[in-house]
Amino acid sequence: AVRLCRGRALLSRLRGAPRALRGLAAGPEMHFGFQSVTEEERREKIYQVFESVAKKYDVMNDSMTLGIHRVWKDILVHKMNPCPGTLLLDVAGGTGDIAFRFINYVRSVRDRQLRMKLKHHQSLSWQEIFENYQEDKFNSLGDSQVVVCDINREMLKAGKQKAQHLGYSEGLSWVLGNAEELPFDDDKFDVYTIAFGIRNVTRIDLALQEAYRVLKPGGRFLCLEFSHVSNPLLSRLYDLYSFQVIPVLGEVIAGDWRSYQYLVESIRQFPPQEELKAMIEDAGFFRVDYENLNFGIVAIHSGFKL
Amino acid sequence: PGTARLRHSDPRGWDGHGGEEEVEEKEGWHRLYPGHIPTSPLQKALLAAGSAVMALYDPYRHDMVAVLGETTGCLALPNLRDKMKHHPEGYRILQERPRIRLSTLDTSRLRGLPDGSLGREYVRFLEDNKVSPDTRMPPKFVDDEELAYVIQRYREVHDLMHTLLGMPTNMLGEVVVKWFEAVQTGLPMCVLGAAFGPVRLSSRKLQVLATELVPWAIRSGLNASCVLNVYYEQRWEQPVESLREEIGIFPPP
Repeated sequence: AVRLCRGRALLSRLRGAPRALRGLAAGPEMHFGFQSVTEEERREKIYQVFESVAKKYDVMNDSMTLGIHRVWKDILVHKMNPCPGTLLLDVAGGTGDIAFRFINYVRSVRDRQLRMKLKHHQSLSWQEIFENYQEDKFNSLGDSQVVVCDINREMLKAGKQKAQHLGYSEGLSWVLGNAEELPFDDDKFDVYTIAFGIRNVTRIDLALQEAYRVLKPGGRFLCLEFSHVSNPLLSRLYDLYSFQVIPVLGEVIAGDWRSYQYLVESIRQFPPQEELKAMIEDAGFFRVDYENLNFGIVAIHSGFKL
Repeated sequence: PGTARLRHSDPRGWDGHGGEEEVEEKEGWHRLYPGHIPTSPLQKALLAAGSAVMALYDPYRHDMVAVLGETTGCLALPNLRDKMKHHPEGYRILQERPRIRLSTLDTSRLRGLPDGSLGREYVRFLEDNKVSPDTRMPPKFVDDEELAYVIQRYREVHDLMHTLLGMPTNMLGEVVVKWFEAVQTGLPMCVLGAAFGPVRLSSRKLQVLATELVPWAIRSGLNASCVLNVYYEQRWEQPVESLREEIGIFPPP
């Protein structure tokens, strides 16, 4: 058993060297957290992880990040700055956090638009004002739409329930689909987002190519994901917190140690900021850039299809 | 061999890439038994605290009670294991590792045994309270394979405790059994459960508990020999009364 350990360790170190190739998954061996598995096994295991965490996903997010994940998602949508009429595809959107924020944002922009419009119409007759309100009532989103796409049925189910509970129905649709092979036509969407999802995709390069395909020319790609902390002291504290506290939280709150162990390991395995930027450029995006949040614990990558 | 493996659960091994190799070994190869999750001392401490809070907050989280037992049992479990080793019947149990599960129990045969026998009363207890021995959590955080069996045995024998003490599975009955087990095993989880369990009881029940049941449970616990040293699976025909006398449990009030 010990010799086998050493062999595996060597393999992982060899694999560790050409990290840029990891996204292309040259060989059959891949990583699942710190374990090495085949591509098919990885997809299967990740599916099971999210199947089991789906119900407690939001509670766990709040406890692990002490609620800060909400701020990160807010920043993403603010960066997106969608105007009414935008068509958004939120991939790996699971429980709908980005979609709901998008709807809220667009609604408030629309409200402001309407108010500005009415301010300029000071001398309208009552009939005209009435007509204005009538047509705008059915357009509170201004034709904006968001499609939430996720590979996992349980996550979608949880998302739909949440939408119903919070009262979101207009301009929202839920689609079961794989980020590596999206069930949409070319040149369809204005914005593509993937928040905390790309880390779980087995072939990141394929997902990026698909993102490029389904975006309209002029469309924007936005990716919110855990990334690498360069500050050494902070990095050690972060590691300590991740490996010592998070699986414990998973066990105590969700009764599931292993899924959260996978979570923190998968963060370590994910390419750092510059590498991801290169991969996005490889897929054909221009003006690719990234913004670190919280010293690199999280990063938002952005690119345009021109 | 046990301590050499434990070395790898040092938290210092957890940094980024350097630790990757060790962690990979740990994940795949340092599992001492199926379901084992190796944990560092810090993780055990956090788990103990977290599970204690969660168990009190949500009494239906039996898995939290189990985790609490595993993470705090590091002194009591070796003690129990040694008690078993030095007793002929206990030693046999450690060797043969019997498991109490519905698949291994022949419930129809047990039901056919005369009233008052251990087997008959045990099956009656399971049916009356609608419980099954299969719902016991397997251990995860015990870092020794033999101790993991000891705690597993303790969990599976719990229902037999109920039968021997004549206590139902309501809150009151559970607390009484916990007091007995706390005295018998010294497991901190039992002590905590015995101390904090009554918090949720009405004052009338508390009175009965304090004046009659707990003193009896303590006296029996102190007087009785180690309950884990009884090979229950070979004593189904024995009358409960006789088994009580043999172990040293006083008749229930």
